[in-house]
Amino acid sequence: MFDYQFFIEVLVGGLLSGVMYSLVAIGFVLIYKTSGVLNFAQGAMLLFAALTFVSLAERGVPFWLALGTTLVIMVALGVAIERTVLRPLVNQSPMTLFMATLGLSYVIEGAAQLLWGTQVHGLNLGIDDVPFELGGVLISQFDLFAAAIAGALVTAFALFFRFTRTGLAFRAVADDQFAALAIGLRLPRVWAAVWTAAGIVALVAGLLWGARLGVQFSLSLVVLKALPVLVLGGFDSVTGAIVGGVLIGAIEKLAEVYVGPFFGGGIEAWAAYVVALGFLLVRPSGLFGQKLVERV
Amino acid sequence: MRLSRSLRAAALAAAIGLSAALPAHADEQFFPLQSYRVGPYAAGGTGFFGGFIDYLNLINIRDGGVGGVKLAWEEGETQYEVERGVEVYDRLKNHPGVAAWNPLSVGIAYAMIDRITKDKVPLITINHGRTDSTDGRVFPYVFPLLLNPYSETSGIVNYIASREGGADKLKSKKIVVLYHGSPYGKETIPIYKLLADKYGFSLEQIEVPHPGNEQQSQWLSIRRAKPDYVVLRGWGVMNPVALKTAQKVGFPVDHIIGNVWSNSEEDVIPAGDAAKGYVAITTQASGAEYPVLQEIIKTVYGQGKGNLDDKKRIGSVYHNLGIVNGILNVEAIRIAQRKFGQRTLTGDEVRWGFEHLQLDPARVQALGAKGLFHSINVTWDNHEGDGRVTFQQWDGTKWKVVSDWIAPDWAFLRPIIEKSAAAYAAEHNTKVRTSDETPVSQ
Repeated sequence: MFDYQFFIEVLVGGLLSGVMYSLVAIGFVLIYKTSGVLNFAQGAMLLFAALTFVSLAERGVPFWLALGTTLVIMVALGVAIERTVLRPLVNQSPMTLFMATLGLSYVIEGAAQLLWGTQVHGLNLGIDDVPFELGGVLISQFDLFAAAIAGALVTAFALFFRFTRTGLAFRAVADDQFAALAIGLRLPRVWAAVWTAAGIVALVAGLLWGARLGVQFSLSLVVLKALPVLVLGGFDSVTGAIVGGVLIGAIEKLAEVYVGPFFGGGIEAWAAYVVALGFLLVRPSGLFGQKLVERV
Repeated sequence: MRLSRSLRAAALAAAIGLSAALPAHADEQFFPLQSYRVGPYAAGGTGFFGGFIDYLNLINIRDGGVGGVKLAWEEGETQYEVERGVEVYDRLKNHPGVAAWNPLSVGIAYAMIDRITKDKVPLITINHGRTDSTDGRVFPYVFPLLLNPYSETSGIVNYIASREGGADKLKSKKIVVLYHGSPYGKETIPIYKLLADKYGFSLEQIEVPHPGNEQQSQWLSIRRAKPDYVVLRGWGVMNPVALKTAQKVGFPVDHIIGNVWSNSEEDVIPAGDAAKGYVAITTQASGAEYPVLQEIIKTVYGQGKGNLDDKKRIGSVYHNLGIVNGILNVEAIRIAQRKFGQRTLTGDEVRWGFEHLQLDPARVQALGAKGLFHSINVTWDNHEGDGRVTFQQWDGTKWKVVSDWIAPDWAFLRPIIEKSAAAYAAEHNTKVRTSDETPVSQ
């Protein structure tokens, strides 16, 4: 007999895990939306942020000061990336820019280890990961906390894009870079702001993922979780990143539990990519992505 | 501060690289080290190679080398990648006086087997590597010292049996093996099945896809299966995530038994309180209270020649594994010198030393390692050497030994190993040795 309670437990667990994927995906979306660059270095930025924070905290720096200092460092990193990598490559092909971010990810990972060492660190944000039971279904407190943070982040971005000058400039650049230039927006300044925002997202995601996995080199691998989310949700939609994240989370968990046994298990990593690939064939721009219309 | 130290280290590495081009000193025994100090597995690499080098340094400083022969080494960074490991091999294999290779990497070790066999230099895969390389008749130059994956499996089952009050109590038990989705993780699938058949426990084996940073579905399945024990055959980030997710689904952590690559501080510290009570197998105890560790602290670190940046890591699991590995390498050279003379030995002569590496508990005590590891008894056809295992429990700050030294069921495993080795020999057209009277290349 089908165990509905277990099904709901897997589904809820998947949805909440998906929120964590969304957090990483949002960093990609911010940069892609405004500059057309698929920033492969997002995972490395996440590692750098978490490692910087935890290294400061372990040296006795109080929590909020460590957080503020890391934030300042991430802002500086974002501005530096815009100045030294993106600006010289302006008007280059998307593939060139993608390769630049690929190289950048190795540089950031290496710099993180050079500065802070190779040790693995624990990170306690003060949120217990002890489950509570709701209608017979176990729910993780930490996952709920992460979902609340993700929700707050998305709300903050929505308000920022709608009501601030910089946010409106982001949207203008995202809609049409040349038109934005024509009305006097300074693209380098907007891009620097976008990379800064991506750095802030990396810090938030880095702390949450770091608390879950420990702060270690493999944090940078979480980018692999974001890619199918982006394909499903669309590369240029924050809403898409959220919806895509929870869908991918739910799909991979349900696939592992209910389909995995037919393949010997261990399918969730590639099941997400199968779904993403299928989606690409049907809807290349994703659920919420902007459809590309070109005049010929 | 760390940056300047790293820059100094880089300058030193460059200097060492240049010195490698110079002819070696006549009385030096050389260890080429395929180390990994950066990249995803750097925490384990710095600990293991740090311990190994610390011990070699101790022998040089305290004893003036082995039988008057100084020990030398050079590191080549692999980042745990097979291609880089092979590159380092090709770069250093012609260095005079190569004693043995110690890559601490399953992938690199596999890629080297044909090469080291041709070059007649031993390959040491302490606690890991091909299980069937235990059969020295087929693999004369490969030494999975102390523990191969099958012995590890048997040791874990024997430990669970001891906790339950005897092997007969296993009949009513259910064990889930949560394994890393890689050739390493899958290697013990058949042996767990055989042991389940032998002892009558029910078994479920669940794969975690690499790298293992998401395990919600696997642990929900475990919760539904209601096992008595979960054996964690993990690697890297998979281990702390397993412990955290177990807590999330309410599985008791003291009923999770980690394998030999799930037993370090790096595996438990990121899991925080979720790891308190977790038990894992080991061949070498952690801690710095052993005389050999105290000598290293006094003699090597006292002279500022210690290899670990962070002295708090002295006595950690990987550091102690490196020290035990150093002891075994040095003693193999010492034993070989008794036969071939106190001079720089060839790789094949060192191989002979490893094949006569018999350290009973009294000799282990004399080496200052009583309690650090039990004993080893390598022979020409048994390259593992019947290492004993013990189990340690994480108390939130340190590992504490919670069992006696346990012997795996070697008699049960040996025919399985021989069968696999024979298949390898047939496939690779390898001549099977029938005695230890193989001529030694000098």
